[in-house]
This record gives sequence, structure tokens and C-alpha cells, in this order.
Amino acid sequence: MSNEPKATPDITSSTVPFWRNPEKRGIIFQIAVLLLVLGIGYVLFSNTQANLKRQSIATGFGFLHNEAGFEIGESVIDYSAADTYARALLAGALNTLKVSFIGIILTTLLGVIVGIARLSHNWLVSRLAGGFIEVMQNIPVLLQLFFWYSIFYEAFPAPRQALNPLPGVFLCNRGLIFAVPEAHPAHTPMLWALAAAVVIWWLLARWARKRQDLTGQIFPVVRSGFGLCLLLPALVWLAYGAPTALDIPVLRGFNFLGGMAVTPEFSALLIGLVLYTSAFVAEIVRAGIQSVNRGQIEAAMSIGLRSGQVLHLVVLPQALRVIIPPLTSQMLNLTKNSSLAIAIGFADFVSVANTTINQTGQAIEGVALIMAVYLFFSLSTSFFMNWYNKKMAIVER
Amino acid sequence: MKLAKIMALVMCLSLLSAGLAFAGKDLDAVKKKGFIQAGVNGGVFGFGMPDEKGVWKGLDVDTARAIAAAIFGDAGKVKFTPLTAQQRFTALQSGEIDVLTRNATRTLTRETQLGLNFVHVNYYDGQGFLVPKKLGVKSAKELDGATVCVLPGTTTEQNAADFFRSHNMKWKPVVIENTTELAKTFFAGRCDVLTSDASQLAGTRAVAPNPKDYVILPEIISKEPLAPCVRHGDDQFRDIVDFAVLAMINAEELGITSKNVDQMLKSKNPAIKRFLGVIPGNGKALGLDEKWAYNIIKQVGNYGEVFDRNVGPKTTLGLERGLNALWTNGGLMYSPPFK
Repeated sequence: MSNEPKATPDITSSTVPFWRNPEKRGIIFQIAVLLLVLGIGYVLFSNTQANLKRQSIATGFGFLHNEAGFEIGESVIDYSAADTYARALLAGALNTLKVSFIGIILTTLLGVIVGIARLSHNWLVSRLAGGFIEVMQNIPVLLQLFFWYSIFYEAFPAPRQALNPLPGVFLCNRGLIFAVPEAHPAHTPMLWALAAAVVIWWLLARWARKRQDLTGQIFPVVRSGFGLCLLLPALVWLAYGAPTALDIPVLRGFNFLGGMAVTPEFSALLIGLVLYTSAFVAEIVRAGIQSVNRGQIEAAMSIGLRSGQVLHLVVLPQALRVIIPPLTSQMLNLTKNSSLAIAIGFADFVSVANTTINQTGQAIEGVALIMAVYLFFSLSTSFFMNWYNKKMAIVER
Repeated sequence: MKLAKIMALVMCLSLLSAGLAFAGKDLDAVKKKGFIQAGVNGGVFGFGMPDEKGVWKGLDVDTARAIAAAIFGDAGKVKFTPLTAQQRFTALQSGEIDVLTRNATRTLTRETQLGLNFVHVNYYDGQGFLVPKKLGVKSAKELDGATVCVLPGTTTEQNAADFFRSHNMKWKPVVIENTTELAKTFFAGRCDVLTSDASQLAGTRAVAPNPKDYVILPEIISKEPLAPCVRHGDDQFRDIVDFAVLAMINAEELGITSKNVDQMLKSKNPAIKRFLGVIPGNGKALGLDEKWAYNIIKQVGNYGEVFDRNVGPKTTLGLERGLNALWTNGGLMYSPPFK
């Protein structure tokens, strides 16, 4: 028996021809497939180039530096019609990022809550969660977007009759408009203080874990972390003389001026995407929790852990292994579905790119940009989630 | 969904046009096929939209029928492809359609960079503003700070931005791709103003819950000469499309209608004789049957008839001739001589 493994390689290398050697054959097939793919790519590219040239259609990305000349409804960065197409597209991409980022966080939170509620022993809670999942999963997301959007513009009054539930807060069919602190030099240092608090929180968590491993004592990391996040910026704010001036929205002409506005388009898109996707996430979470052996939970309870601790210390760490991969694909779905924004007038990347294609006629470049941007968002998300998945995987000892 | 269509078109552009390169002239290809594939709007009442029986109706649709009548002597030899504003030029460039009659504005970049040839204008339009009467606005210059509903995919967004910039006014656009959804949003009060080509505004107002509550402001902020177009590369086909449009205008000038065209064949007027092919020459010059213009007028009608039937004062749109009247009536419709 011990002789066989040594004998085999000798036979392969000397007497067997290379096409009978699975290893070498594999390499040849790989090369052939690669050449085929490259060849098809080249034919497509050169043919398109030739045809565009024949029909004298301008190509290239030079148009990005031209003045865009169109306005965008809402933007995270400063943008006006006098800026370039490149900046318009950047504004669109950031809008997509904004709605996807906030959407993913809210979806995960809501999905986990509903998924756990689905398993509740309370009959009403579990049925309510079940109903929510069934309804949200089975209505096309586009219809949901139209529904939420129409609620915003049909149900809320015009700006001149805006609801005013709190001083400085207005609700009308132009969105939720609220007062924000007036721009002040203290704001930048406050952000830095917040960042510092997060870093300290992370260090604290590491230290607390080490201490728990050594001594068994538990340190209230979460509570003190939140405390830090509030305390540090507040200290900076006090140090700058506690500026309290507010930028209060006022009705002037057609619309409110000043303050900050959450538009109906953004809200409808966010609510629609979050509710739809969280129904799927809830099912994933439920499946993940159910995959944990019942004996584990009973064992945890028998050593005296409270039900919150059972969930946190025993169930979730094991369930997450099952949850994370499909959760990633739901996050990607949410990001991609955000391109439905164009149906309800939110200026996401596809919407801005469409306008760009229309004005410049550079359809191929525009579509290539759309693909590149979504690919980038999707790859970044799955890269992060894969990293997290690896971290969460059970380490075999 | 739209994205998928664009991508599909882009693929077509790269794949199909390989075949096209060898298919010869566009006219030959059309003749071989036996019908014209025309790109039309599909959703704008009065210009290109199927009626409740599925029959295509509209000014642009009739223009495409006129081209078919000129080439095949049969206005029915045309198939329609409804296209969105985003797809239309790619569809034409890629050869998916032969001619685009879809309220497209002729511009310099479209004519050059997109490789298109526009022919004679079949509707002079311009961008305007529709506002609710209760807003109390009398002029577009009072719209500072307004929220404006815009239909994307045309020059509309750029025109509106230009107008507000040049008058130093602030505004917020709400851009929604679907015409129906956009109109609903506007009627519900999400926007103060709706902007689009004046002809489309008239169409939108016609479907408002109460059309009398809305008014089109006097300012027309852009020139929108809407014209059919073909792709570069076949001058003869371009000429035929051009003169099919002009024949309808010329017939109105000469007083020839679909009703009296048979009597007009006996006319003594040499201009009419040449036009209807009684004196031959025009048909041969275009590479068509000498009866080509007769067929257009007999089967489709002259420009005035087509206008009145689709968008005129007696239709739901109720548009006046305005710029689209004959030059003899103070409009811009003017045909070169047919000789």
C-alpha cells in the first residue's frame, strides 16, 4: 500500500501521452476557453467599432467633460446644470449609493426582527410576521413603489397647507422638511469626535473580550459605546460655545426654503425596497435560526442563560453561517432594484445615465457605465460580506 | 425593463449591422422586404398610438403610411415599432427600423454625431408649461422656486434647465419616465408645473380630471421642429422620405385632397399634372412609380387632412394650425416645386 502512491507519478510522467493526463488536458481546455472568450469579445468590439465608424457615430468618453445642461432633483453633492456630465453621473451614483446603503441597513434590521417574530411563541406576533412576509414577498416591487409614491403625493397636502406636527417640521406632498442646525465651524470637529468614539468603542470591545476570556467578568460594551458616541461630540459642541442656531424652513413662493428635505421620491423608494427585501431577509433569518439544533437551545437554557443570551450567544453565531450567503444576494438585489427609481422620479444613477444617453446619444458608453457602476457596487458588497462570512464561519479545531 | 431593451439594442447594433453592411442600400432592402418598418411613439395621442381596436393612429403614423404609399403604392405596407425616446435613435442606427417617424426634434448633434438624416418637418412644436389655474401664474417668468415635472428622454430637460438658468430662477425637477405616471403625479400636486412639447401638453390636459383647471402658459421656450429621419448612407431613400412628406404639403397647396384627387387627374394645371404623374418625370427621378404622389394623396390625404384628422381643432387635442399652417396662411409649411 505504501508503495503505490510513489509508483503512480512515475507512470504518468513517462509513459502516458499528455492528452491522457487529466491535469495537462485541464490546462489545455482552460486555454481554449480563454481564447474563445477573448476571440468573441474581440469580434464584438471590433465589429461595433467598425459599424459605428461606418455610420459616422461619435464614440468615446470625451462627452463626460462637456456641460451637462440638465438639472437633478436631489443630490448629495453640489450640482447645477452648469456642471459636467461626469459630475452629474457622480451625483446619480451617490444617490444610488445613498438609497442602497440606508436600505441595506434598514432591511437587515427589519428582516431580523420580523424573522425572529415569525418564530415567536406568541400566536398573534408570529401570524402578523407571517402575514407581512406573505404580502410583501408576493407583490411585485414596482407596484409597491407606485403604491408608496402615490400615498405620498395623494395623501399629503400642498406646501401652502403643509402639516406642521412639530415646530420647524413640515409634512406636505413635497416631502418631509425639517429644521437643521445652521452651518457652524463646530460641525467638522464634532464629526471627528464621533469617529474617535467609534474607534475607542472598537478598542474597548477587544479589551472587554480579552478580559472576559481571562476573568469571566462582563463589561457593558454596547452601552458604554453608545455613551461615548454621544458624549464626545457633545463635549466638542460645548467647547465651541454650544451653538444652537437653527436653519428653519420657511414657505416662500412655491416651496419651502432652507432646512433639510426628505423627498417623496426618496422615501417611497426606500420604504418600498426595504419592505420588499426585508420579507425575504426575514425568511432567511427564520431558516437560519431553525437550522440550529434544538438541543443546543435546551442546553443553553439548562445552564441558566436568559433567552436574550441564548439568542445572542448560542443561536445567532451558528445561524449566521447559514444566513450570511443568501443575505448577501438579497443586499445585491436591493441595490439592483434601486434602479427602478426612474419609475417614480428619484434621480438615481440609471435615471441620470439615461438622460445623458439621450442628450449625447452615446448609448454604448452610457450602458457600459451603468454596468460598471452596478458591478462595482455589487462586488464591493459581496467582497465585504464574504469577508464577514469568513470571520463568522465556525473555526474547526 | 427599459435598460434591458437598450442593452438588447446595443447588442443588435453590434451583431445585426454586420449583416447590414452587405445588404446594400436601405431602399433595396426595404423593397426586398416588401414593407417599411417604421419607428413610432406608441403612447402619444394624436401622433402615434394604437386606438382601442389596435389600429395605429396619428400624424407620425400617417407620415409613415405616406412613405409606404410612395414606395409600394399601398399605404398598408408598413409595420410599426413603438419606441421610447431612449431607444429610438439606436433602433434606427442598428437597422431595426427603416425610418423614424416619432416626434423627434431635428438638432445639429443628432444630424451629425448620431449619423442621421432628418427630412422635412411634419410638425413644428415648441416646449411650454402647463400649470393649474389656481396657482395664479400668468407667465413662465413667475416660476422661481417651482417644482417641475419633466418627461425624460428628449431635449425637454435641457431646455427647461436653460430657461430657468437664463432667467436666474431656481427650480427642482421631478423626472418620471412614464407619461401616464408623470401626469398623475402632476395632477395630484406633486409638481407646480408640467413641462413638455406644447402638443403633448394639450394631450395631457385632455386627460386631466378637469381640463378647465389647467392652463398652458404663453411662453414657448424652445424650437422643436419634429421631423422624420433615416440613417446616413442611402441618399435615394432619404429623398423619397423627404418628398413623401413634402407631397402632402404640396397637395394642400395645390388644393388636392383625397376626395378630389381623381378629378384632379383631369386638371389642366401643369403643376398638378406633374405632381400627380399625368406628365411623367418626377417618379422616374425618385426611382418610383409615376403614380407615387397620387397614391399618397388618395390613400393618406394631404397635410391639412392628416392634421385635422389626428390633432386638429375637432379632435380631443384641439390644436390650432399655428406654425403648421401653409405659408400662404401665415405658417411655415412650404414645399419646393415638384418639377
